Amino acid sequence: MAPGITRTEIRAPRIARRARPGQFVIVRVDEKGERVPLTIAERDPEHGTIAIVYQAVGYSTEQLAKLAIGEVMADVLGPLGQPTKIERYGRVVCVAGGLGIAFMYPEIVGFADAGNEIISILGARNESLLFYVDEIRARSTEVHICTDDGSAGRKGFVTDILRELLERGDHFDYCIATGPLPMMKAAVDATKEYDLPTLVSLDPIMVDGTGMCGACRVTVGGEVKFACVDGPDFDGHLVDFDELAKRKRAFAREEEVCRLELAADALEQERTGEPADEQN
Amino acid sequence: MPRRDPKQRASDFGEVATGLELTAALAEAQRCLQCKRPACVKGCPVGIDIPGFIQALKEKRFEEAVRILKERNSLPGICGRVCPQESQCEAACIVGKRDEPVSIGALERFVADWERSNAAFRLRREPSPDAPKVAVIGSGPAGLTAAGDLARYGYRVTIFESLHAPGGVLRYGIPEFRLPREILDREIDYVKSLGVEIETDVLVGKTITLEELLDEEGYQAVFIGTGAGLPWFLRIPGENLAGVYSANEFLTRVNLMRAHRFPEYRTPVHIGARTCVIGGGNVAMDAARSALRLGSEATILYRRTRTELPARAEEVENALEEGVKLEELTIPLEMLGDDDGRVRAIVCQRAELGEPDASGRRRPVPLDGSDFEVPCDTAIVAVSASPNPLLPRSEPRLKTRKDGRLVIDPDSGETTITGVFAGGDIANDEGTVIAAMGDGKRAARAIHEYLQQKNRASS
Repeated sequence: MAPGITRTEIRAPRIARRARPGQFVIVRVDEKGERVPLTIAERDPEHGTIAIVYQAVGYSTEQLAKLAIGEVMADVLGPLGQPTKIERYGRVVCVAGGLGIAFMYPEIVGFADAGNEIISILGARNESLLFYVDEIRARSTEVHICTDDGSAGRKGFVTDILRELLERGDHFDYCIATGPLPMMKAAVDATKEYDLPTLVSLDPIMVDGTGMCGACRVTVGGEVKFACVDGPDFDGHLVDFDELAKRKRAFAREEEVCRLELAADALEQERTGEPADEQN
Repeated sequence: MPRRDPKQRASDFGEVATGLELTAALAEAQRCLQCKRPACVKGCPVGIDIPGFIQALKEKRFEEAVRILKERNSLPGICGRVCPQESQCEAACIVGKRDEPVSIGALERFVADWERSNAAFRLRREPSPDAPKVAVIGSGPAGLTAAGDLARYGYRVTIFESLHAPGGVLRYGIPEFRLPREILDREIDYVKSLGVEIETDVLVGKTITLEELLDEEGYQAVFIGTGAGLPWFLRIPGENLAGVYSANEFLTRVNLMRAHRFPEYRTPVHIGARTCVIGGGNVAMDAARSALRLGSEATILYRRTRTELPARAEEVENALEEGVKLEELTIPLEMLGDDDGRVRAIVCQRAELGEPDASGRRRPVPLDGSDFEVPCDTAIVAVSASPNPLLPRSEPRLKTRKDGRLVIDPDSGETTITGVFAGGDIANDEGTVIAAMGDGKRAARAIHEYLQQKNRASS
């Protein structure tokens, strides 16, 4: 889909039939794999398929990206979480950064179909990491694009554009903001000043995804919520982003172990010309 | 029951209790008085013919002993290990009035293990293709028991399990040093051999609804055994710091996801040098003993004293023997974090025991000005769980009580939807494996009666 970004289509008729915007699946690549939560970016009930879009950043997503067409992954569970409450608000500004675009695309489809006017603000590190742009353009009255390096659209952050639109007096009835935590927090800080209701989609650490473990607990308006069953959408103005950021780093050291191992594997492969994991 | 040396066993996940040898089992079987009106059977929630299987064992008719056990219980290897026999069958044993009661649990385990190493390959039973279909939601002890019994009645049974492996709390909750995976897998295979299908990765209420099961997929009855999947927290400041787990999360990471074998298995668990477990039930013991095996010190913080611990005495003894510390009369007030937002200590308050409360146990009364800090790298909250609300919320016709449990008819287990039954922790609050199995058994019988009546009426 873009360098480092993979779109995988999964045959899962029951999930395809019931999935709604805002929901996610948990996938496990193989018998020893983690349970990885991923947004359902597309669904096709007729063909019984869903699509997930992700960046191969850790061990599990690397393995996922390596799957060839026709290969089977160990598990797909879903659709999980609460569907987004889609209403006719009027003018909806959709702010998506990086992989947040994968979550935003079905939201835009849903909100557009419900009769909203869509103003999209999309951003990524560089041009090659932008995706779904044409699909989103087709449903938006305005599309603003930015990249960190200026290789597409203007140079800067999505939240800079959001702030400008708000400051110049553009009227919006609703905002959706998805992407990395600091981006969502910056978006929410901006919309708070204009009393613009803002929905965010959170991706804390999860294990089962069914409300059983509480790993994904987040504080929203002073109350503890489980993102897997109460979310992943929440009122952005009420989310404790700082706490969430710290919780997301709980396994930083272990993630590093996996990254080092991946790097070692890659070195080994370079040296011998064979994948290291097939030697034992 | 012989157990491995505490030092040795505390450093691995191998089974703690080693089981009886043949001669010891036969000698123990001799102690059974073969009562004409056996009280022990009444003490068993699934009504195993206890004198019957012990008699067969005594005569070394092992296969017959297996048959008698399995007549009432599809999971004897599990029950022989995790049932609280001391408060059930063994509490009722007449021998126990003067002496130690007959070790019924150890004998049950012996017979089940004998079968595992000696029994021949069984053919899979296939239900008749035109038999009515029954859906079972959840593959924990209640669901497995209901499914096994329904298959025996001749129904086509499918279990829907939301996780990637069947077993429910037996898989994600109970550690393998108490219940080896091999035993669990084997007993689930036995249930499958009765003709039961198990579909994993199906979360009823999300992947498919209860209504769709009944109206579109042609299931004529449903059993709900979705368990007590919602962990409680203490609601004290700092509880969302990194390094604070619910017991469910911690145990799921280790038991289901095999985090103790990270990075071979890809799910991590971060433990550190000192672990505090808050709570006093079997789950707290399991969590503390698992932490120990991951190389951490483990301290249980409990509001009352050792006498009031709700955990099985045997498990408390095992835990203490292995080196788990018990900090009695300790009430956590707040969790403190470091600059990275990781838990570093728990602020606690001392208590003394006051008057008995509703549970009959003496209530802990906090002592003002007694605050102290317990340093830790990991905190595990093991203070109970309530029913998983996901399925009830997805189906408004399912009525729940204030505590989240499903409203059921106490005799049949039928919910507020005709043809839909429930048992185990989603409906009752006994909270043991065997009580859930008893519920599953009762509901299977009620479903059988319901379907017979229904199909008689329609023919």
